[in-house]
Amino acid sequence: MRLSGGQIDRSQTLQFTFDGKTYLGHPGDTLASALLANDVRLMGRSFKYHRPRGAVAAGSEEPNAIVELRSGARREPNTRATTAELFDGLEAQSQNRWPSLRFDMMAVNDLLSPFFAAGFYYKTFMWPKAFWEKLYEPIIRRAAGLGRASMEPDPDSYDKGFLHCDLLIIGAGPAGLSAALTAGRAGARVILADEDFTPGGRLNSETFAVGQTSGADWAKTAVAELVSLPNVRLMTRTTVVGAFDHGIYSALERVLDHLAEPLPDKPRQILWRIYSKRALLCAGAIERPIAFANNDRPGIMLAGALRSYANRWAVVPGKQVALFINNDDGLRTATDLVAKGVNVLAVVDSRTSGPKLPGLNHYQGAVVIGTSSRHGLTGIKVRTAEGSSISIACDVLGVSGGWNPNVALTSHHRSRPIWDDAIAGFVPGANIPAGLSVAGAAMGAFSTMAALRTGAEGAAAALADLGITARVDLPEAEDRAFNITPLWHVPPHLGGRAWVDLQNDVTVKDIALAKQENFVSVEHLKRYTTLGMATDQGKTSNVTGLAVMAELTGKTIPETGTTIYRPPYTPVAMGAFAGRSVGADFRPVRLTPSHKWATEQGAVFVEVGMWLRAQWFPRPGETTWRQSVDREALATRASVGICDVTTLGKIDVQGTDAGAFLDRVYANTFSSLAVGKVRYGLMLREDGMAMDDGTTARMGDHHYVMTTTTANAVTVFRHLEFCRQCLWPDLDVQLISTTEAWAQYSVAGPNARKLLENLVDQDISDAALPYMGCSHITIGGLRARLFRISFSGELAYEIAVPTRYGDALIRALVAAGQPYDVVVYGTEALGVMRVEKGHAAGNELNGTTSALTLGLGKMVSRKKDAIGVVLSGRDGMTAADGLRLVGFKPVDPAKPLAAGSHFIATGSPTDAEHDDGYMTSVVYSPNLGHSIGLGLLKSGHDRIGERLRMVNPLKDMETEVEVVSPHFIDPQGERLRG
Amino acid sequence: MAKIKLAPMNALPGQGAVTIGAVTIVENATIALASLASRRGQAQQVSKAAKKLGLDLPGPGKVSASTPYSALWLGPDQWMIFAPGDVDLDIAAKLDVGFGPAASITEQTGGWVCLDVTGPDLPALFERLCAIDTAAMKPGQGTRTVIEHLGCYVLCVQTGQFRVLGPRSSAQSLHHALATAAAAIA
Repeated sequence: MRLSGGQIDRSQTLQFTFDGKTYLGHPGDTLASALLANDVRLMGRSFKYHRPRGAVAAGSEEPNAIVELRSGARREPNTRATTAELFDGLEAQSQNRWPSLRFDMMAVNDLLSPFFAAGFYYKTFMWPKAFWEKLYEPIIRRAAGLGRASMEPDPDSYDKGFLHCDLLIIGAGPAGLSAALTAGRAGARVILADEDFTPGGRLNSETFAVGQTSGADWAKTAVAELVSLPNVRLMTRTTVVGAFDHGIYSALERVLDHLAEPLPDKPRQILWRIYSKRALLCAGAIERPIAFANNDRPGIMLAGALRSYANRWAVVPGKQVALFINNDDGLRTATDLVAKGVNVLAVVDSRTSGPKLPGLNHYQGAVVIGTSSRHGLTGIKVRTAEGSSISIACDVLGVSGGWNPNVALTSHHRSRPIWDDAIAGFVPGANIPAGLSVAGAAMGAFSTMAALRTGAEGAAAALADLGITARVDLPEAEDRAFNITPLWHVPPHLGGRAWVDLQNDVTVKDIALAKQENFVSVEHLKRYTTLGMATDQGKTSNVTGLAVMAELTGKTIPETGTTIYRPPYTPVAMGAFAGRSVGADFRPVRLTPSHKWATEQGAVFVEVGMWLRAQWFPRPGETTWRQSVDREALATRASVGICDVTTLGKIDVQGTDAGAFLDRVYANTFSSLAVGKVRYGLMLREDGMAMDDGTTARMGDHHYVMTTTTANAVTVFRHLEFCRQCLWPDLDVQLISTTEAWAQYSVAGPNARKLLENLVDQDISDAALPYMGCSHITIGGLRARLFRISFSGELAYEIAVPTRYGDALIRALVAAGQPYDVVVYGTEALGVMRVEKGHAAGNELNGTTSALTLGLGKMVSRKKDAIGVVLSGRDGMTAADGLRLVGFKPVDPAKPLAAGSHFIATGSPTDAEHDDGYMTSVVYSPNLGHSIGLGLLKSGHDRIGERLRMVNPLKDMETEVEVVSPHFIDPQGERLRG
Repeated sequence: MAKIKLAPMNALPGQGAVTIGAVTIVENATIALASLASRRGQAQQVSKAAKKLGLDLPGPGKVSASTPYSALWLGPDQWMIFAPGDVDLDIAAKLDVGFGPAASITEQTGGWVCLDVTGPDLPALFERLCAIDTAAMKPGQGTRTVIEHLGCYVLCVQTGQFRVLGPRSSAQSLHHALATAAAAIA
């Protein structure tokens, strides 16, 4: 029912639907306030027993009114109706019910509740074990679900961002606004974040005056001033969800959740990382209910929430109101509602003394012991101080069990809050996050004046730390004491369950059962009963649950302990964590200098790390990838082929100790390499295993250019920097990556030199540039580098020009190669040729192989020390029957091979015990006309010529193979010296 | 022999200035780059040699602009040298002459794409892209940061103009990231 007044814009009407039925509301409404205005109180079903439930709270602590918003791909489950801002066309659905909210068949669970006490699942579905995953769990999950995911890709975009400030103020209630005014006026860089769409916090829910105006009007004026200050950033709809190290906080800004659809190109939500020098927590307090029999009916709400609905949204969820309270604050609901003309029938006050409200049925020393009826409250049963029982017909019951300071963020670094008897609640403890302080109700300062004062003083103190002077200037406001006599639960006399955690259906009896089963520690209590789990994380239930356990065990609450709060404070959509990094934008791509040309040729690309490399270049008429790859490999060996090898890591190594440095990081020696020469190098890890390989060229006395494998470019560079900075700072050596600074192409094949002679300005004859030589050259006057190295085993070069000229160079190379029927080949043909030549690559340098394993044992120089050399000789690394790299071919050339297959001796059983090794690389060799492979075989070097079974149980393959030398083509290396 | 003249290509071929909302992004392909690192114990020599070239080598977070060279601090005794307007300069050879054996110099021109970004409120753009506090940056400041997983340098050239150096091979991804953020704040 709508009242007069409130902060809603009655000049505009918004239409929305709930479970398919259309309702009207106004801008300023939440979904919950609009539903209550339309007399809809039943908003959801409980998690476990499918009990009918309505909104309990008016903010993000809401445990019950959890709905699905929107439809189709935008359907978002588990949204709190109490924070969902109403917009025109909003569609909401109740969840966890079938077939409808009012007639929910799953409510049969409620009748069976004696069987479903805490621990029921753990005890019941134990046997048979295999049934849990396949049968029990799916059925239980279907019955006890929260909302449904849309199962479609999220059509909206999300963003991430980074903010910096002197002071982050969390919460824009009286303390937060007072702090922001103090800091803002002092000129500090301030961020003021509040989860609500209207700043002001409780000032919008209460009728107190601040200065000469209402609290709500004071908040509006304060906000207007803050908005006018360029050094203050006011962030509404922004929840600070986590406190991290070094003053870093994460905050979720719901930028456009209040629109039916986000605007084009605009993110719906932004996950901010806020770097603060100081932070002030002004998160207020959360009211807690009292547990009594059947205290979960729609219409039973927190007393403070009733004030919020009445004062801010001009809504009362019924006609006849009763209150059940244990503190003075709850009395305000009675006075506020009476002032609004609402019929307040009774105030049930569990305290035997204290102020008595005139003109009302104020029952002191009384408690509520029962309620009716199922789909919405129709009446309560009260036990008076005298012990008599009276019934009151009412449709709204406001409950206040006191207020819990909202200390969640103070606990994110494991600080435990401490108990304060004065307010019967936990207040922030010691060791809260460095740089964070707390003000207002979050620290237990409950009056408006105390909030304003501690906010301003907290801000001034934080700024004083930073050397900024701020003046505290406070308005007048109410400063009443908070009187409470704790009451946690009313033991049920007439049957009926007393609910503690409404979201997880945890009752006082469940807590008693946990105690009985010795799950007494609060962490055990939580896991055993699910108290405090799920979307609300026990915001209204944790302290009550703890207090009930304390009562049951006869301990004090501080002795019983608290659970630890962890981020996020409220749920965060996965999309917000992903930000823009979704789909094709999941990570950036790296394009090679020939990418544009390769795209024009219709190349098929493959992702290699972030790089996109051409895998093969299909030509008209080729229908399978093998046709293209076979052609590229054959043509290269027959004449000449070109391959973009820019992706190989290039590291510039300079300094007078560059050679000595390389001697220490490579297993073999580089200081003796002549200027103008290139050498293959093998790098070991500290544990003696092979780390990476590549060629390194000596370009000058104190200048080497190292190449790494594509995959390890970053790892190797990081390793070298570690060695340089931490291991040997005494060496004069400087490193920098030049991977992208040069476009580099391999030109391989018998006609490689002839092709290059058409482009290069210098003499590159065998005499001028022999095998493993390198040289600074020019192409039409442009500086370039030429290395005579070969991965394919052919006469081959790598030619490099500054990257800007890479596109022109690939076109020039192809043009110059036309007389030789040049091909450009991709990574597949590159792989074919390297296997044909017996070169180890990533498949073999797999972290489990040593130089000896790879047949490169002689490269490990014993004349010097280098990283990994000592440990490469440790026990087990040098065993004669260890794995060795060898080649394989099928005995029947028509048979295919499969990488990953294992070798088992003929006649031996197929089991791990008889495993002789495995196949690392397999290709079809068009030059040989059959499949070939490289593999690691026990004592492989002694077994050339032996026949074995290649077994692959996964692919159900078994093929007889012959062990051969890994060098299938030109084992003497005559071609590359040609 | 010189049979051919190779033509250069920008990192973002065919991509002119793009204006999204109030933000304009354009590739600046006119700057030659080289890294400069002092050899061990040669810091003073390097500083002296730089002065002869008219360059005061800056400290952390700083850029010093001069003619014909500018410099950005990269790390201890390490800088990026810029030669604006002379992209085809054989910059490493040129600097080698100036610094001699006191420094290690490596050409970096082709390693980076340079995007010039202009607009009235660029901190609003960069706060969506990187963790550095661009609102507090003044002209002549520049530092390393990460944008969309890419290691980049962000320089404040003047009020309303920032320069982003990113890995050239990811020029398209970087441009896309900037353009997406610009659209998000437009």
